[in-house]
Amino acid sequence: MSDFLQAYLTVAVFGGTAGLLIAGVLGLGRLIRPSRPNPDKLTTYESGVDPVGSGFSQSQVRYYIFALLFVLFDVEAVFIFPWAVGLETYSYFGLVEMGIFVFILVLGLVYAWRKGVLRWV
Amino acid sequence: MIAQNIAFGILAASSVLAAIRMVTTKNVVHAALYLVVVLGSVAANYILLAAEFVAVVQLLVYIGAIVVLFLFGVMLTRAKLGHEGELDNDQRGLAAVTALLILGILGYVLVDYFGDDKLPQLNRTHEQLNATRGTGAVGNAIFSTYLIPFEVVSVLLLAALVGAIVLARRD
Repeated sequence: MSDFLQAYLTVAVFGGTAGLLIAGVLGLGRLIRPSRPNPDKLTTYESGVDPVGSGFSQSQVRYYIFALLFVLFDVEAVFIFPWAVGLETYSYFGLVEMGIFVFILVLGLVYAWRKGVLRWV
Repeated sequence: MIAQNIAFGILAASSVLAAIRMVTTKNVVHAALYLVVVLGSVAANYILLAAEFVAVVQLLVYIGAIVVLFLFGVMLTRAKLGHEGELDNDQRGLAAVTALLILGILGYVLVDYFGDDKLPQLNRTHEQLNATRGTGAVGNAIFSTYLIPFEVVSVLLLAALVGAIVLARRD
């Protein structure tokens, strides 16, 4: 196996170990605990009060715009990583180019701010 | 190479199973969570192709942002959350035809264009791979050949941002 995949094998082993550990602990608990099923035990804990309605409910729509903005700035961040890796190679040229890139997106942030999107309503 | 094939088999099986569960599950929130498994398997496949940067982008943008957006989109739908909702409609035949057509076209295009390409030489060292396929190589391409497209992307993102705000706020 190659050097490259060997490095990722470590990640896989780490993840697998974590999964096995959780499965082992929960399985062990299942083996040694007494089993007395009771519908009350399956209800959602809600500060000690009987829960009302279903566990699934539609949350506030107003968070939506933040998720939307996050997608765009996430894509921006994706472009910053390759730049950061070669920061010294690109020197001032890279700085200016990334400056223009970030500046144009900051214009969008300013637009969102002026439109009052960032305000909590 | 055998280890790679086994890993690919596991990843392909998990992504196909999760994809099937995604379209058959009765719960829209679970469908979004199965999508996470599909996208994660695809990210792991990128690692097998020695495309580290694309894999991380897949995790960051698709699982980190797009799925969150989907979950928020689910909050906007009128579909019933939880198990009571009947999400099927009577267009299964049409959907199957469309899916087969897309599979055929995509398969043909991929084989036609990339059929002769060889997989990256994974027996090279990590440094050698990084120089040709790593994040640094992506950066070098962005800051030389694709400099203008890179700056245009920022304008595109700005347009998307303004458009999203205009659409989301009807005032």
